[in-house]
Amino acid sequence: MITVQSHEGGLDNRIAFAETLVNLAASNPKIVVVVSDSVGSSSLNSFKATFPDRLINVGIAEQNLVGVGAGLANSGLTPFICAASCFLTARAMEQIKVDIAYSNAPVILCGMSPGVSYGELGPTHHSVEDLAWLRVIPNLTVTVPADAIETENVVRWAAEANKPTFIRVSRHKVPLLPGSERTFVPGKAHTLIEGEDVTIIALGTMVSASLGAAEQLNTKGIRARVIHVTSLKPLDEELIIKSARETRRVITVEEASTIGGLGGAVAELLARSAPTPMRMVGIPGVFAPTGTVDFLFKHFGMTSEGISATALELISATS
Amino acid sequence: MLPYSPSQVSEWFGFREAARAASPSELERLILNQSRVARLEILSMIQSAGMGHVGGDFSVIDILTTLYFAELSLDPANPLKPERDRFILSKGHCAAALYVTLAYCGYFNPQELSTFMQPLSLLNGHPSKGKISGIETSTGPLGHGLPIAVGVATGARIQKLKLRTFVVLGDGELQEGTNWEAAMTASQYELSNLTAIIDRNRLQQGAGTEETNGLDPLDKKFESFGWEVFIIDGHKPLELLRAIRKSPGNKPRCIIANTVKGKGVSFMENRAEWHHKVPSVEQNSAARAELSL
Repeated sequence: MITVQSHEGGLDNRIAFAETLVNLAASNPKIVVVVSDSVGSSSLNSFKATFPDRLINVGIAEQNLVGVGAGLANSGLTPFICAASCFLTARAMEQIKVDIAYSNAPVILCGMSPGVSYGELGPTHHSVEDLAWLRVIPNLTVTVPADAIETENVVRWAAEANKPTFIRVSRHKVPLLPGSERTFVPGKAHTLIEGEDVTIIALGTMVSASLGAAEQLNTKGIRARVIHVTSLKPLDEELIIKSARETRRVITVEEASTIGGLGGAVAELLARSAPTPMRMVGIPGVFAPTGTVDFLFKHFGMTSEGISATALELISATS
Repeated sequence: MLPYSPSQVSEWFGFREAARAASPSELERLILNQSRVARLEILSMIQSAGMGHVGGDFSVIDILTTLYFAELSLDPANPLKPERDRFILSKGHCAAALYVTLAYCGYFNPQELSTFMQPLSLLNGHPSKGKISGIETSTGPLGHGLPIAVGVATGARIQKLKLRTFVVLGDGELQEGTNWEAAMTASQYELSNLTAIIDRNRLQQGAGTEETNGLDPLDKKFESFGWEVFIIDGHKPLELLRAIRKSPGNKPRCIIANTVKGKGVSFMENRAEWHHKVPSVEQNSAARAELSL
């Protein structure tokens, strides 16, 4: 069994994101960053200091932000557009659809501080709908790195991929996941723990909580398999179908709405290919109440305890 | 992706050579004759598709013809050349006018124009990047072109590319706030390599711009946003060329091209209903007769 570090000792993925960009930009002159008064919130002060001419700040104007990014790509550059995910996706959705995806512009959209990262600031600043909205847009690869190592891997991949890409860069500190040699391959998920009784498919900040849930379930004699998804779209259909068939029960866990995101993607897949009893952990289609991030995680059962309780309920309902 | 048409490219190249050698009045005659031919083609396309935006196509076609046949630095046989001038049609509903222009430059065979909006045609009702070359970005929803043009001009500046960026906006679409976001960015970054041409036909889909959500004084608005403004007759190619060729200062330039919606066909001119009305058989014949004079 893998032991994970506690949240308190974890890392903010924005730091790894920004450091990787600075490192890449040193050798790749095509990399530019576009922000909407979001230098600090995207942890890009170092990029700005190092490459002042390659950071374009359009001010508080997200639709302009995405359009300008599409134009920069047309001119031959590789733009990373960085803004709070809530504003980037909700405010500029038509630009993402038309200027980036439909026009196949090689732009990397970086949704910073997604999910309920902004805690007490409330649902206006939460970005729990972003995955559902983006997943239905053709041509767009949707990625959710889980930790610092993966964030670096995804950023490095995106800088060379030459295609429309969304990177969801979480703010909530998470521990490093096991294995430092991981690589990012679109459409490839990883099995972190083997198990036969239930499959927990986890995304982003919820991967470590899911590993904790598997540990707790193990003490009760339940063997949970944990699959870690980084590439929400394309999804590793083969691995998920195989695992659903082998464990007969599936739980999805994400710091996002349970409607249309990872839960929706897995449900659509399994309904077509391997109907399997499911539970979905995340924000259940409501506006979250006021509270810190940790409070909200507990409130919605997005903790090791909550996930393991959901697993026990699913197993009891299907035994 | 449709292949380019070598014979059409060479014909276009010949036109450009002739345009370069022509006297100003001869140049104007050459361009206006080309856009007269384009108007006839647009009528055929709309007639055969049973759909289209003839009013706006006719108000913008003289501008497109002037740019593509006398000004833009392009090579339709090498459409992705990094230093090409960029052109973006922000008022994407006037796709037919753009398609005709691109076809006569040789980006694809003009015979393809007859497929306009037919099932599986690459000539969609709005320009779609990747279906035919020469389309820099997909447009259709209004208010998208100017931010993208600002991005291209900024990218050219960063990479020290000499290219110029042109974007044609409908006047009605200036009601979209994104234009003003981008207008601020353009002056903040002193994008003198950017030219926005406004097809000021004063009509939008349902009524006049001024009785809907008024734009005047449009020149003062752009001036106050930090742009250099020119007001021209959008049906006089020499006026457009003069404004474009004036040596740039440090400001982005806005050319307000006063135009007539439906220009060239008497019963369509300045009438809002011709925004997307399709001519009857009789109207089509009458329009063709006027354009063939």
